[in-house]
Amino acid sequence: MTPSRFLLWSTGVLAILFLMAPVLAVLPLSFSAGSFLFYPLPGLSLRWYADFWSSDFWLPALWNSLRVGSVAALLAGSLGTLAAFGLWRAPFPGKTLIMAILLAPMVVPAIIVAVALLLAFGPLGLTNSFTGLVLGHAALGAPFVVVTVLAALQQFDAVQLRAAASCGASPARAFWRVCLPQIMPGVAAGAVFAFATSLDEVAVALFIAGPAQRTLPRQMFSGLNDSISLTIMAAAMVLVLISGLLLLAVTLLKRER
Amino acid sequence: MAAALVAPLLLFLLAVFVLPIGAFLTRAVQETDVAPVLPRTVAALSGWNGQGLPDDAAFAGLIADLKEARVRDQASGGGAIARAAARLNADWPGFRSLLPLTARRVVAAEGPARETLTGINEDWGTALPWLAIRRAGGPLTDFNLLAVLDLKRDAAGDIAAAAEDAAIFRGILWRTLWIGALATFICLAIGYPLAWLIATAPARAVPWLLAGVLLPFWTSLIVRTAAWMVLLQREGVVNATLAALNITDGPLPLLFNRGAVLLAMVHILLPFMVLPIYASLKALDWRLPRAAVSLGASPMRAFLRISLPLSLPGIGAGSLLVFIQALGFYVTPALLGGANDQMVPYFVAFYASRTVNWGMAAALSCLLLLAVALVVLLYGRLVGFGRVKTA
Repeated sequence: MTPSRFLLWSTGVLAILFLMAPVLAVLPLSFSAGSFLFYPLPGLSLRWYADFWSSDFWLPALWNSLRVGSVAALLAGSLGTLAAFGLWRAPFPGKTLIMAILLAPMVVPAIIVAVALLLAFGPLGLTNSFTGLVLGHAALGAPFVVVTVLAALQQFDAVQLRAAASCGASPARAFWRVCLPQIMPGVAAGAVFAFATSLDEVAVALFIAGPAQRTLPRQMFSGLNDSISLTIMAAAMVLVLISGLLLLAVTLLKRER
Repeated sequence: MAAALVAPLLLFLLAVFVLPIGAFLTRAVQETDVAPVLPRTVAALSGWNGQGLPDDAAFAGLIADLKEARVRDQASGGGAIARAAARLNADWPGFRSLLPLTARRVVAAEGPARETLTGINEDWGTALPWLAIRRAGGPLTDFNLLAVLDLKRDAAGDIAAAAEDAAIFRGILWRTLWIGALATFICLAIGYPLAWLIATAPARAVPWLLAGVLLPFWTSLIVRTAAWMVLLQREGVVNATLAALNITDGPLPLLFNRGAVLLAMVHILLPFMVLPIYASLKALDWRLPRAAVSLGASPMRAFLRISLPLSLPGIGAGSLLVFIQALGFYVTPALLGGANDQMVPYFVAFYASRTVNWGMAAALSCLLLLAVALVVLLYGRLVGFGRVKTA
């Protein structure tokens, strides 16, 4: 190995260590038998997981996260897939502007979305509601679906749609039976992205969710603001496991493409 | 037909994204606190040329307005007078006490309006409070937009520098841009070699190296922020380890400072830099730098003249993603930073939740969105959007 290769490898490995180490270093704390946030652990136990499981707000928060994320992903997934198909199918006037609007939620700071939704949803009775949170999260997740499905459509041969039409299929049927099955991995990956966006989201949940819609990240945010207990580390472990599963799902879906 | 397929998502985003944000941003120029409380005063002042003192109609109007507003406030338990006073106080310091005081005293007042008011407080005999009421009469105002640029209207109505204790926002904006630029630069300095390594590593090592980037990328932002909090806090992992190794005498103040914020931001944003650069390096034709070397260029020269320019779209996309997200960071600085490390998003949240000052929250949001839009446009000019790739 040349000196420059060695330097490159050590820089790169250090960078990956920097990326991985912080989370890996603190997660074992969640198995502590004591209540301190440092090593060495006084002993191993599952008491913080038991606390997570039995407390009045942690498990409901996990449920809320999964429910909000699933419905938001479903909504963003279906609207986003239709829109991506439309954008891919044919050019039409104002396409650049429409694309800019569709992708805007990716770049607008979440705090602005959160405050704007608080103002807009208040009079409609959508603050402190499951529906309001789902609508907000679906808007934030939709661009990821559009981008992912557009990428999947690049691989799809449009001639097949004409073939389906010449065999007598309506456009809707051709999309449903010919196109959708082939781009399904992309659609699913987009929905997973939207779910992950919702699962990661704090600002909107902070501003428009009421106590009954508290999501897991939102609950962690309050916990970190007051006093850090090791139950937060147990919650972090749960989130890390879910994120791992999502990454696995996206990787498998990519391979299928 | 194609447009009909795009319409559902477009309408959805218009309803729950574009319109709410638009309506929120217009709050920056709306003046809603003073006119409902002092309608007659505002109407009377609109005919005043600003010279000397306003006519008797304004004095009588103010007394009638305050009497009514006080009754309304007492009936509803609302603080309309206090809100109007707070808004006027931001323009002319002294109003926070003057307006409630006047509202209390005019209830029992009899006799000519002008003498009554100057009897309650002699400030009413000067033009300054009246000018402030006229400026705040609405319906539109540039007050908030000027305030977030550390400017205000002076007594003559010209734009002037804001009072020193109110002139904090330019500093906050520069701080936001500076922290964002610093985070972007550090991410680039660490991310480019890492992306280069992944793009040139032996095939069997690539999945492992990529996993090392993607796993943290998928881990929740709140989890990674929590990890840094637990590592850096007073009784945290780092301090406890340093003490156990007898390296330090007492706990180091590692949390609630700029360093902690930057460390966590770089940690969270680094994958956004690595992945686009990796994508552009993977697509690079490696025969080109090799050809340059075989033609006598030094490896350094081949890198600077061939590989680096060819990977510029990746660098551009990565820097754009990192910088834009850094500008919008709220959760991480709020949890890891001290009072002097908070960025524009923190103050948007502050004005929206703590003081319910929508005007200032909206004006700061305008500023933030403008910064983001400029960066995106600059990127479009320099690199173009056709080549944006995310992993």
